[in-house]
Amino acid sequence: MKQKFLLCYPRKRIKEPTIYYLVKHYDVIPNIFRAKVTENQEGFMVVELEGEEKNIADSIAYLKSLGVKVDTFEKGIRLNKDKCTSCGLCVSNCPAGALHIPDRKTMQVEFDSDKCIECRACILVCPFGAIEDVLNDNQDATI
Amino acid sequence: MERTYSQINEKIKKGEAVVVTAEEIIDIVEKEGLDNAYEKIDVVTTATFGAMCSSGCFLNFGHSKPKIRMSEAWLNDVRVYTGIAAVDSYLGATELQYNDPENRYFPGNFKYGGGHVIEDLISGKDVQLFALSYGTDEYPRKEIRTMINIRDLNQAIMVNPRNCYQNYNVAVNAHKDRTIYTYLGQLKPNMQNAVYATTGQLSPLLNDPTYRTIGVGTRVWLAGAHGHVYSQGTQHCSECERGDNDVPMEGAGTLALTADMKKMNPEFVRGVSMRGYGVSLALGVGVPIPILDKEILKATCVKDEDIYAPVIDYSHEYPNRNPGIVKKVSYGELKSGKIIIDNKEVKTSSTSSYSKARKIAILLKKEIVEGKFLLNEPFEKLPSNQGFMKLEIRGGKK
Repeated sequence: MKQKFLLCYPRKRIKEPTIYYLVKHYDVIPNIFRAKVTENQEGFMVVELEGEEKNIADSIAYLKSLGVKVDTFEKGIRLNKDKCTSCGLCVSNCPAGALHIPDRKTMQVEFDSDKCIECRACILVCPFGAIEDVLNDNQDATI
Repeated sequence: MERTYSQINEKIKKGEAVVVTAEEIIDIVEKEGLDNAYEKIDVVTTATFGAMCSSGCFLNFGHSKPKIRMSEAWLNDVRVYTGIAAVDSYLGATELQYNDPENRYFPGNFKYGGGHVIEDLISGKDVQLFALSYGTDEYPRKEIRTMINIRDLNQAIMVNPRNCYQNYNVAVNAHKDRTIYTYLGQLKPNMQNAVYATTGQLSPLLNDPTYRTIGVGTRVWLAGAHGHVYSQGTQHCSECERGDNDVPMEGAGTLALTADMKKMNPEFVRGVSMRGYGVSLALGVGVPIPILDKEILKATCVKDEDIYAPVIDYSHEYPNRNPGIVKKVSYGELKSGKIIIDNKEVKTSSTSSYSKARKIAILLKKEIVEGKFLLNEPFEKLPSNQGFMKLEIRGGKK
């Protein structure tokens, strides 16, 4: 099975190679979508774990024992339908096909979060600020 | 038999008018034929929704105690033009916020500007007014800082010198390795993507290509308010390349529109931030076309497949005012999500929203059917043989 998690690391754990231990001791395949140490020297990571159900559960128990806050996590990127005008400017800039126009008659833009790889390319091209980063990870703020 | 505006308006008032959208009419005429459809249909509604930089509004703030004659003023730190009467001002859609870093750290993000202030006002949000003056005997105040709301303004009148472009360029970037940032969005090098900008078969002037019914005085639906065409739009250029169906194959006619902002719906007035380019305003416009004769009806049956737009290189040809185009493509191809350039698939996207335009065409149809929106006969035609002047640089004081 595969499951996506948001991990919030306390300051004292940010230097530890926890992902290495997950692979080594619990035989799970981590797929990291995003990771960052914040200004407050806490860390977060959006990671998908693939493996046996028990191994994933053990991995989470291990992380929790380190004081890592673990949330199950579906969408790091969200399409705010109130702000979206369905212009479709994002669609040709989405490398994963997550933002797409399923019906070329109505031309309505839809977001398939399962396909989203959280590259954030859409956030930069949307003229209406309709694509939101749930983690408020403001990597590209201008000065 | 031909019909008149007053005959159609009488039917609208009685709730008997038959109204369809510019999308619906295509199937109706295909199934029933032009003659049968003409007997039935009174009005076809057209619509567009997209960024229209040449937009703005006149605002009258009312007088403070003591009074001020504003010589400089800002709304949410966005400069408004005050070179008119004491507390009148014009807010333009592309004006940037004070101290915006622009493109100094390229590409700039342009998070907030004139278009966003207009959206905030229409949404009913409070907006900060700051103004300065040199002070006069009858207007002694030299500075004012206060919150205002559209409710409290005497007038908030949208006055847009250019909306509803009749067709437009499709932008690509032919540069080998540099991404460019334009008013048509981000364009990746080697023509990896193409961006177009009208709603094709729904777009007002593409359904009335020779300006038979849309002219000065035509009543329009502007972001939910009932406004009108007050002039030809700036850069109106009717003398252009046209297809067999008279439909322009490049940017052509434009409309200057006005309406009362207090009656607008914020869903259809949206601030735009174009990375590396600037700010603008996206607007929803609906224009009804009265079916006065069969020729007018025939023109409204135009399909995306029959409307062509020029693909233009925005890395070199466009900025240097060179005439060359890459090729012509139809809106049918553009809306499919990809076009073919040099035997290569190029992904397409749009800055206009076809789905919002559809919604507007249906809303306008509903208003006409319910007798809430009457048609105006234009009192002046849009120029039909007008070219496009270039600015040649000459002389000038050093």
